[in-house]
Parts: sequence; C-alpha cells; structure tokens
Amino acid sequence: MGWRAARQSFRRYWQLYLLIVVPLVYFVVFKYVPMTNAVIAFKDYNVVEGIWGSEWVGFKHFSAFFSNPVFWNLVENTFLLSVYFLLAGFPIPIILALALNEVRLRWFKRTVQMVTYAPYFISTVVIVSMVILILSPRIGFMDRAFGFFGVDAPNLLADADYFRHIYVWSDIWQTAGYSAVIYMAALSGIDPSLYEAARVDGATRLQKIIHVDIPGIMPTAIIILILGVGNIMAVGFEKAFLLQNPLNLGTSEIIATYVYKVGLLNADFSQATAVGLFNSLINLLLLIGVNFAAKRISGSGLW
Amino acid sequence: MVTNTMVEIAQRKEPAAKDSRHPAQVKDSGIDRLFITCVYVLLITFLAVVLLPLIYIVASSFSSPNAVSSGRVWLWPVDFSIRGYEVALSNPQIVTGFLNSLFYTVVGTLVSVTLTIAIAYPLSRKDFFGRNVITAFIVFTMIFAGGLIPTYLVVQKLGLLDTRWALIVPGAIGVWQVIIARAYLRHSIPDSLYEAAEIDGAGSLRVLWSIVLPLAKPMIAVVALMYAIGQWNSYFEALLYLKSDELYPLQLVLRNVVILNTQSGSQNIASLLERQQLADLLKYSLIVISTVPVLLIYPFVARYFTKGMMIGAIKG
Repeated sequence: MGWRAARQSFRRYWQLYLLIVVPLVYFVVFKYVPMTNAVIAFKDYNVVEGIWGSEWVGFKHFSAFFSNPVFWNLVENTFLLSVYFLLAGFPIPIILALALNEVRLRWFKRTVQMVTYAPYFISTVVIVSMVILILSPRIGFMDRAFGFFGVDAPNLLADADYFRHIYVWSDIWQTAGYSAVIYMAALSGIDPSLYEAARVDGATRLQKIIHVDIPGIMPTAIIILILGVGNIMAVGFEKAFLLQNPLNLGTSEIIATYVYKVGLLNADFSQATAVGLFNSLINLLLLIGVNFAAKRISGSGLW
Repeated sequence: MVTNTMVEIAQRKEPAAKDSRHPAQVKDSGIDRLFITCVYVLLITFLAVVLLPLIYIVASSFSSPNAVSSGRVWLWPVDFSIRGYEVALSNPQIVTGFLNSLFYTVVGTLVSVTLTIAIAYPLSRKDFFGRNVITAFIVFTMIFAGGLIPTYLVVQKLGLLDTRWALIVPGAIGVWQVIIARAYLRHSIPDSLYEAAEIDGAGSLRVLWSIVLPLAKPMIAVVALMYAIGQWNSYFEALLYLKSDELYPLQLVLRNVVILNTQSGSQNIASLLERQQLADLLKYSLIVISTVPVLLIYPFVARYFTKGMMIGAIKG
C-alpha cells in the first residue's frame, strides 16, 4: 500500500485506528519502556537521580557478575535444568499421543485425554504445594511407601541432588497431556492413503507407527524442539523459586531466581538488570542459532 | 510462519475417515493384539499417575486432622470430616484471598478481553494500513523483554505498587491471545460481510459491535477463559507488587501457608499438637479450595480450549 492508499484507509476507517490506540499505548508502556529502562544495566542506578540521570558505568555490572563466584554455578544450574527438562519432556507427549491414536474405544480415549490434560490448569503454587505435601517426610505418602519397607523416608525436598528430578518430573506430570494435543492434531493430518498403503504391505500396528506416524509428526516435533532449545535459559522462574529452600540452593538457584533476589530483595537494580539482560541475550542467540541449524538440516525453520 | 500452519491444523476436523485406518473387518493379528494390550496398559499407567496424586489430596482434605498428621490417609478419606474446610473458611486471610482472587479474575478478564479485541479486530482487517508492522511490533515483545526490574520500575513510576491495579494492568494483554483472536476473526468473518455492512452505512465500530462480536462468541469465550484461568492462578505479580496482605490473592495466601509453612487460622486452638494437626489438614483443604473453581469450568471448555491452545501451544 502506498501513502495515498494509507490516507484513504485512515479517512475511511478512522474508528479502527482510534480503537487500537489504547492497546498500543499498553505495549509501549509495559513492554517497550522496560526495554529502554534496561539501560540501567550500564549505569549505577539510584532512585534520586532516576534512570536517565544516573551515572554511566559501562560494563561494570556485567564484569562483576562474570567474576562473581556464583556465576558458573548459576549458568550450570540454569542450563542443566532446562536441558534435562527438554530431553525428558520431549518424548513423553509424543508417546502419549501415539498411544492415544491407537485406541478405538472413544470413551476411553476421551477420558485419558480429559484427565491428562486437566493438570495443565492447576496453578504453579498448587503443584508445588502438592509436591511438598506428597514428598514431605512427616505426613506425605512417601513416608508411608518407605515405612512399608521399614525404612525412614529421605527428605527429597531438602536434598540438592533431587531438585532437578522433582522439578522436571512434576512439570511433565502437569504438561504432558497438554503437549500431546498438538501431536494428536499432527497425527490427524496424516494422509489416510499412507495407512492404506501400509496395510496393503502388511504392516503391523507398530510398523505403521514407525513408518507412517512418526515421520508424519516429525516436522511438528522439530518445531517444538527448536522452540524448546530457544528457551533453554528461560526455564520457569516461578516453579524453581517456589521449590527452593536453603538446603537445595546448590542446584535450585538459577539465573532468574538470582535476579529476583539481587534486584528486589537486595535492591541492587542495576546488577539484577545486567544479569537479566545477559540471560535474555543468550536466549536470543540460542534461538537464532538453532533456527539457522534447523534450516540447514531440515529446510524448515521458524522464519 | 508456525502460527499459520497451526491454525490450519487446528481447523482441520477429526478425520471422518478414522475407520479407514483400522477397518473393523480386518482382524488384528496376534502381534497386533499384544501390541494394543501394551498400549492400553501404558495409557492406564498414564491415567493412574495423573489421577493418584489428585485423589490423595482430595481424600486427605476430607479426613480427620489426626489421620492426616499421622499419615494414615491414602486414596480414601480416613475418619471422614470437613474440619479442614471449616478451619479454612473461618480464616479471614483465606476468605479475603478468595474474594480478592475473584475480583482480580473478573475485572482482569474484562479489561484483558476488551483490550485484546480492540487490537485484534483492527489487525484482522485487510484494509487496516500498517497491520503487519504493528503485528511485528507486538510479536517482538514475546522474543525480547526488558526484564523483571525494568518492568518493576515502570509499575513503580506509574504509582501502581501496592494497589489492585498492579495485578490487572501490567499483564493486561497477552500476545498469544491477540494472535488467536486475530486468526479467528480473519478466518471466520468473510470480507463480503464487511463490504455489505459498509454499503449499509455502518462505521467500523458499529460493525464490530453488531456483526463481529456476535459471530466471535466462541473465540471470546476461549480467550476470556484463558485470561481468567491465568489470573486466578497467578501469584508472582502479587509477590512483586503488593505489600498489604489485605490485597493478596488466594494463591499467595496458599504459598504462605503451605510452602513457607506460616501458621495460619489456628489461633484459637488449645493444644499445640492439635494446632499442628489442623495446620497440616488446612493445607490440603486450601489446595482443593484454590483449584476447584478452575477444574469446575474445565470440562465445559476443554473442547474449545484444545482448539485455541493449538495456536498458543508453541510458545515463542
């Protein structure tokens, strides 16, 4: 559209342009202003001088973070938690979807879908509360299970070695049914003639899954994997934060929880913003890198 | 674009040719029967793994304080009692939290849906100049964000800290909801309808009000529920922006009671032991109370949700 057409569009649909003003103001104020506020990562922010009045200090806060003894520990925790989450969480929804796709009993299929999908709607606070109650060595049913063998239940929540397992598997519990939906959709889009061909060739159900279903959902799976890798450093803050206790900090302190503590609890706004920016930047680079690789290998990417 | 393929997938119907995959007349061979048995075993395991913890929580919430504390409850209430709910509902903090959450959910959803439609409708119109630029402008915020502290500074500067608005305004518009709404409006409302309305002399707002909104009811329902559930479940904004506990939403109260183990709601109980037992029981009841509203609506909306989520499923 040229400018003439634009002017015409303005005159004709001025109400539409009026309508969109408030939402756009929202995006500017709550999304773009924070992006410019992020300059405080390069300044010594103090309340009196304000964001723009504070003194420039260059990369001081970044180098302070990189030379901080916690730096490698934070990066490692964040990275391992996400990679574990990505690897463990990736195949399970696919298996669930493939299995559901084989079921002919409609009511059974519907029930499994309804039930496994439901936890997606439960809040993070409730999930973590449930984890805490179930794993609690005093009242949870872990205690009973171990008591059955005459052993005291270990306190898994206080053990840094178990934090990642608890985090990842409770998340899979919550989201597997939901993630399976997208693969179900992909499966329903497979050309039925492929199934007929497989049947003519005398394929068993398992062979049909391996040679028709799995190749059929591959493109979807790749996209989901790319996005997962792109989010590797953006592991869910809320849950890690809620599951944290002084005893498991060794593995549960991730970049996001560190930002919260440094920023809001210690009120070191500039340092926290610098750490946050570092995290976002790595994310962005990972996303671009993975997209590039995916395009090279499979010919399809996000953009 | 991913989203477009997803929309297409989402709009594809359940295959009518389902039977052509496994026609009934062809008997499964022995190996196939073994295989399908494994599939059922697997699915029943999935079902059990998801259900058992939920049943455990509900069963505990209906048990006696003593049974819960001594860990005797498994999948059925022991010494059935509703003591946990009595304690919860007589606790002012929990009741306030519940009412606050209700307020945030209702008002927040109204604000969010209104703003979402206000941006999605113009962007769905082909004759809206600059819609691609604006779409890119908002989608970019999914990929890159200023971060926790820079956003906090904005909220602080606007004077929203420790007010109810802090939980409603800063997260008012979700980019995914805008994308879903825009895709729906674009695909389900034919251009000829706009042309006809225009010939009849209706302005864009009139068209929105009397034609688009009535046609978009299913989409509005889905988007509203996504916002409502998000709002009901959120606690982090409250943790960041609120100081006064009379503004706390239920999820934050839940966190304080269960996760931080703050004693609550058992002030008038005589013995220490009994107080401890009640506090344990209260946790289970509180979990149920804060989850039930969401799970009650779920069966009614699950079908529509799947469609809507299909577009939102892939997070950027």
